[in-house]
Amino acid sequence: MTEYEPGKHCKQNCCSIIENLGVTIGGREIIHSINLHLHCGELSVIIGPNGSGKTTLLKAIYGEIKHTGRVLHRGVNKENTRKLRIGYVPQKLSSDSGSPMTVSDLFNATLTQKPIWLFHNRKKRHHITSALEQMNAEHLIDKKLSILSGGEIQRVLVALATIPVPDLLLLDEPVSGVDYSGLQHFYKAISNLRRTHDLSIVMVSHDISLSSQFADRLILLNKTIRSEGKPQAILSSPEIKELMGYGSIQPIESPEAPPKHHKGNEEKP
Amino acid sequence: MDFLHDLIRLVPFEFLQYDFMQNSLIGIVLLAPLFALPGCIVVDSHMAYFSDAMGHAALTGVAIGVIAGTGNPFWIMILFAAFLALVLSVLKQYGTAATDTLTGIIVSGATAFGIVILSRGGGFSKFSRYLIGDILSLTDKDLIWIAAGLLLFLIAWYFFANKLFLLGFNRSIAASRGYNIWFEETLFSIFVAVIVTAAVQWIGILVINSFLILPAAASRNIASSIRSYSLSSALIALVSGVCGIIISYYTVTAAGAAIVLVLLAIYTITLVIRQIRI
Repeated sequence: MTEYEPGKHCKQNCCSIIENLGVTIGGREIIHSINLHLHCGELSVIIGPNGSGKTTLLKAIYGEIKHTGRVLHRGVNKENTRKLRIGYVPQKLSSDSGSPMTVSDLFNATLTQKPIWLFHNRKKRHHITSALEQMNAEHLIDKKLSILSGGEIQRVLVALATIPVPDLLLLDEPVSGVDYSGLQHFYKAISNLRRTHDLSIVMVSHDISLSSQFADRLILLNKTIRSEGKPQAILSSPEIKELMGYGSIQPIESPEAPPKHHKGNEEKP
Repeated sequence: MDFLHDLIRLVPFEFLQYDFMQNSLIGIVLLAPLFALPGCIVVDSHMAYFSDAMGHAALTGVAIGVIAGTGNPFWIMILFAAFLALVLSVLKQYGTAATDTLTGIIVSGATAFGIVILSRGGGFSKFSRYLIGDILSLTDKDLIWIAAGLLLFLIAWYFFANKLFLLGFNRSIAASRGYNIWFEETLFSIFVAVIVTAAVQWIGILVINSFLILPAAASRNIASSIRSYSLSSALIALVSGVCGIIISYYTVTAAGAAIVLVLLAIYTITLVIRQIRI
């Protein structure tokens, strides 16, 4: 797999295009003038201070939040410009859910018409297992989601987001509440995903030092894109010092940090 | 229906010799899955307060029926419940207040309006049957309506439940997969409003929400998948319904409340089972 030079390969690669995207909620401009070309097989990591609109940007891209501008997919040689197929992995789920839904229930509810309240669908099992294997989560298939750890749920949700294989995979802060070695495995698995499926991945991350080891490019966001490019270039840029308040190294987020208990839908950007 | 009544009478239980007891038992057997299956989604999606409020708003429907001068306010109640659920859904979309606050404001307003109308001249007592409910009043015609409703529900549930379970799990994942979240949630809340309102006259406003929620709440303590969650929820509702009616026959008490007490007992048992398992 060749390394992609960000922004220069639109001619020979498929590409997810975000054009002039903006979100205004209740008269307040959350993000504006976002333009991005995300090439297939590229892992982009969004960083930015709290309240910079990272989650809002993801929600606008997959369409949960109303926005201005366009999001579309362009095939090789600019053919087949069409609507983007998107996979989304939300922030940590709320932990109060005592629902007995299992991992295989979740996959079947999402992927099949066969009612999960009446049948244990065995047909798709092989398909589901192989998706889970990519994230080293195949042993979780019959476990209840409510007993899984934060890291395990994230891996399951990434696997779910890869069926069917999307053009663009969006991951929202998959790193919170996971230990360091778990994180490294997670990043490796994500990194492999983009290669095996040749998909573009956009990830919101708080762990700049770790994510920049795996990222093809960093996107520094604060209401709009302040700078983007190769990790080394961004980490030594003056903008990152201004916005994040430090140089190139960020301490690893402590696993003891208070967990975030909000569901995506309750969050006000 | 006559054949069915004769058939049931062959079972040598004293209470089965009466048509009204037969009807109430058939009624609860039909109502149990109609409430217990969607009850799982109500619990998963944190809609318990909404469904409770919709039960109370049934009084408003009765009041509007009285103002309109129709004899039986049933269809007006149903229409009003659907309308109220739709209004709440629209306000939720555009409003700034938290959902439960909004539900509280709108529904308590509507309920208060209903009580004011119904209590004019001190005549509220004739409407108190809606508060307590009377399942013994089920007629053969009612049963046919309920059976038709259950059949329609099961067909719809066969096709739409997966979507609702995913929505209950996480709305954002559903949205990213192109689901029309607002449409599906609105349709479901209208459905909940309608079944709660329709059954209020038999179960009673004060306890109907327990009949919706307790089977699912008990079932999720012991279930290991969505299938066992749904099916044991329906079974728990059915067993409690039948036991509650028989208990109420021998103790001469309100059936709706007796059913809820049996449900509570079962809920407590499942809670203990869960604690032992952990």
